[in-house]
Amino acid sequence: MSDRLLAPRSARGSLLGSVATHAVLVAGSVAMIGPFVWQVLTALKSQPETATVPPTLLPREWLWSNFADVFATIPFGTQLVNSLVVAGAVTIGQLAFCSLGAYAFARLEFRGREVLFALFLSVLMVPKQLLVLPQYQIMSALGLLNSLPALILPGLFSAFGTFLLRQFFATIPKEFEEAAVLDGAGRFRIFFSVMLPLVKPALAALAVITVMHSWNDLLWPLVVNTDPASMPISAGLTSLQGQEWTNYPVLMAGAAMASIPMLLAYLALQRQFVQGIALSGTKG
Amino acid sequence: MTQLATPPAVRPATPQPARRPRRTHRSAYLFIAPVGLGLLVFYLYPAVSTFALSFTEWGPFGGHTFTGLDNYAAVFQLETFWTALGNTLLYMVIGLLTLPIAILFAVLLNREGLRGVAVYRTLFFIPFITLPVASGLVWKWLYNGDFGLLNQVLQVFGIPGTYWVSNPDTALFAIGVVQVWSQVGYYLVIFIAGIKAVPKEYWEAAEIDGANAWQRFWRITLPMLSPTIFFCTVINVIATLQIFDLVYVMSASATANPAFSASQSIVSLFYEKAFVEADKGTATALAFLLMLLIGALTFVQFRLQRRWVHYV
Repeated sequence: MSDRLLAPRSARGSLLGSVATHAVLVAGSVAMIGPFVWQVLTALKSQPETATVPPTLLPREWLWSNFADVFATIPFGTQLVNSLVVAGAVTIGQLAFCSLGAYAFARLEFRGREVLFALFLSVLMVPKQLLVLPQYQIMSALGLLNSLPALILPGLFSAFGTFLLRQFFATIPKEFEEAAVLDGAGRFRIFFSVMLPLVKPALAALAVITVMHSWNDLLWPLVVNTDPASMPISAGLTSLQGQEWTNYPVLMAGAAMASIPMLLAYLALQRQFVQGIALSGTKG
Repeated sequence: MTQLATPPAVRPATPQPARRPRRTHRSAYLFIAPVGLGLLVFYLYPAVSTFALSFTEWGPFGGHTFTGLDNYAAVFQLETFWTALGNTLLYMVIGLLTLPIAILFAVLLNREGLRGVAVYRTLFFIPFITLPVASGLVWKWLYNGDFGLLNQVLQVFGIPGTYWVSNPDTALFAIGVVQVWSQVGYYLVIFIAGIKAVPKEYWEAAEIDGANAWQRFWRITLPMLSPTIFFCTVINVIATLQIFDLVYVMSASATANPAFSASQSIVSLFYEKAFVEADKGTATALAFLLMLLIGALTFVQFRLQRRWVHYV
């Protein structure tokens, strides 16, 4: 493609440019990943070894027991299960409830549609801190403090998810549905067997975003579940910090283990993650 | 606009088009009911309730007395509020540095024929995937005053280190850096997509006209990317105004941290007031003021976009 006359000059230029590009990108990668490497190395050292100056790079003795110590210090296993259960339940709930509502907003005509949709959008504008106190009171009134339902219930419903899926339903040509209508299929049948399969990529994107937000959330769990056994891993990890003095190898081991599930999910489902994240702008 | 106006005029004359919507409307409410009721109970009611309660005093055993703007007056008299407000705005400014960094890497990753793009993108994205609490703890260890890696490295170059997160002069910046570090990957993905969407012919034409790489970046890439940059600025400002996790983990530990108030954000002050001091009246007013701040800054950005955003 490139001009033969220009080839030598631009080849030299691009070699130099490409070396410089890689240099900057490698430096950036080190800044991004370096902290995690140091985290894992610290997690494998003994406490006295982390307090040596200058520091050792590799552990003198690979101390895997730090990982076991995490489980002895806090109910880490329970908290990990809590996080998984909550993320799973919230995601399934959001996919089900939001897709139902989104389909109606995108495809069905009914009185008050515009007003209801505007109400949904108004929920999008409200920062979650504004909701925390009354939500806490609702949970308290329901007797759900320190329980998994307290973590799950508010997360089941999402104005953002409904909005996101509505945009996707709206792009599907009407012909797909009309054939099913002529066949005499009911609205729910059409939704479930015709429309839902067509928005699978959007459902995957929403699932990824929802799992991530649920896994990361800290403020709400800190508020409703103060009992360590009912905390998710995000809140649990904060209690691993010592009162006056922190055992960093154990803390790093805990932080590493708490990050691994999302990391594995990301490596397995990179495309869905990137797509979901690119769509997630408005969810905060 | 005219299209919207015509149907009502036609409708009385021909009743048939009006019948069609009726056939479907009943089931629609069933479809919307689950998410609608959930949002009503857990989002809409709490939002309205917070607003109403911000004008009342909370009794110790429940019950509220209307006190007008007292809670707001109390917030404005709080010294910690003004500190937290200033801190939050500073977090916002530091957070905005994420965008130029992400643009730089996005431009580099878009170079023709560059190898290893997928690997770099994956690596840059990992901090964003990581649990923020975990990232906060990792960086707290890197920042540790006695044995943290940062001070150890600085020492090699003869630069004196400090207790980064408990020194009031550095705590906020130390936390802000982590915020930037964790968000770069997210904006990188968006900018890569944004640059990919620009037609190649634009750069090729400029190259033929003799524009160098620097000129092509400023005259083509940046203007073409400006709608994406605008979107990212809005999102980034909304997110950093609500910064909490990193501040909570890195600064507000149970130990008395001398840099506690110097790094406190509005949301961490809210958490403190609502759930540590149980001063719910002040907390609700604070939450509402935060929403106003977010709304105002978003509005200003939308007003200013005409000056610099190029829509093709």
